[in-house]
Amino acid sequence: MQEFQIHEPRSVQEASALLAQYGWESTLYAGGTELLLLMREGLTHFPHLINVKNIAGLDGIRLDDSGEALRIGAAATHHALERSGLIAAYAPLLAEVEALVGNIRVRVTGTIGGNLCFAEPRSDLAALFSAWPGASYELNSTRGSRRVPAADFNTDLFLTVREDDEIMTAIRLPVLASDVGYAYEKFAFLERPSANVAAFLTLNQGQIRAARVVVGSVGPAPFAAVQAAEILRGQRAAPALFEAAADAAAAAADPVDDIYGTAEYKRQLVRVLARRALHRAATRAKGDGS
Amino acid sequence: MKRVLISVTVNDQRVEAEIEPRELLLDFLRDRLNLTGAKRSCDVQVCGACTVLLDGLPVSACNMLAYDTNGRHVLTIEGLAQDGELHAIQKAFIEQNGLQCGFCTPGMILTTKALLAARPDPSESEIRSYLRGNLCRCTGYHPILAAVRAAAEQMRDGDERVEI
Repeated sequence: MQEFQIHEPRSVQEASALLAQYGWESTLYAGGTELLLLMREGLTHFPHLINVKNIAGLDGIRLDDSGEALRIGAAATHHALERSGLIAAYAPLLAEVEALVGNIRVRVTGTIGGNLCFAEPRSDLAALFSAWPGASYELNSTRGSRRVPAADFNTDLFLTVREDDEIMTAIRLPVLASDVGYAYEKFAFLERPSANVAAFLTLNQGQIRAARVVVGSVGPAPFAAVQAAEILRGQRAAPALFEAAADAAAAAADPVDDIYGTAEYKRQLVRVLARRALHRAATRAKGDGS
Repeated sequence: MKRVLISVTVNDQRVEAEIEPRELLLDFLRDRLNLTGAKRSCDVQVCGACTVLLDGLPVSACNMLAYDTNGRHVLTIEGLAQDGELHAIQKAFIEQNGLQCGFCTPGMILTTKALLAARPDPSESEIRSYLRGNLCRCTGYHPILAAVRAAAEQMRDGDERVEI
């Protein structure tokens, strides 16, 4: 690994100023679970690493002032989220998904913000938040602060709307109403998923009022299976309906052959995972699920 | 490149060293401190052979900067036995034949230690889930799972005796 210097900003403003000062020679450094791998392989190099792990409060988890959403500091580790009482109480699906990320060592060091900003296409969290109703990310720089809907964040393979001097400071996750059912399904035989699906259904006496299905890991970025959602909307929740929606989600996927499976295999995974996710989401929305 | 001074507690002993920021924890332990229990194997934090505990939690020493252990506690397999007596988890691995070549064993044992600290009475699925990231190419895993269960039982019994 080539040499580098580590900077220790004490605030987000200071970190953003360092990013602006060093430009392309610098990058943010948190858990290092992705960055150090690449640097050790010689695939990338930054002479200046800006460590955001020691910025006070950047790993905080709390209910925001409205009490209607969780505000999760971007430097919170996967393990902290997996074990957080607040997450278990207000976003149990996130706790469930976090327990499935990578392995325990990756979860202990890796951060939620690092995972999202690295924008590896096989991210559990990118797919989940992209589907989560109202989820957004807070980006800060010396130029100001803005909030980006999670669904608009990823633009392409390893690319996001984050500007070079911006720092993701928090993930805002609305607490779900009781009529919203949710589920996340993935299949992975390697560290990262071969395919994953997140589904959110709003049910009113068995009728689907709103649906959102996002498919991840089988393209450059997670995508909303819009046709699947259209098939579901206004209909009564039923196995045949889920089957049709899952077919639509699979048809919308455009996977490629790689070590995570052949394109055909991954398309079938999407079909099966979408069907399972919709079943579980509907069961939860009815209030008789786990 | 500017070197930095770190002060880290390794196996209950304070160590101070001047390092380059790029020095990996695994090299720091193996080459500087001669603690060779943590193994370099996959080198991409998948296999768990380089597992050490940082403030009680498992990390891959192969992909962690020694820099980030400054002011913290590192436990390697060498620090587990106390006063020449093996830890209950080590004994359980021996008794249950939870190893063959032994290359993955330090990582398996340390990961088990972290698991049992968080979950003294883990379910079978909790054990499997927690150890999922530690690979063994010899045993077929069943003796390892048996060792974890045995260690958990023994350590719980030990706790009960202390409480009485």
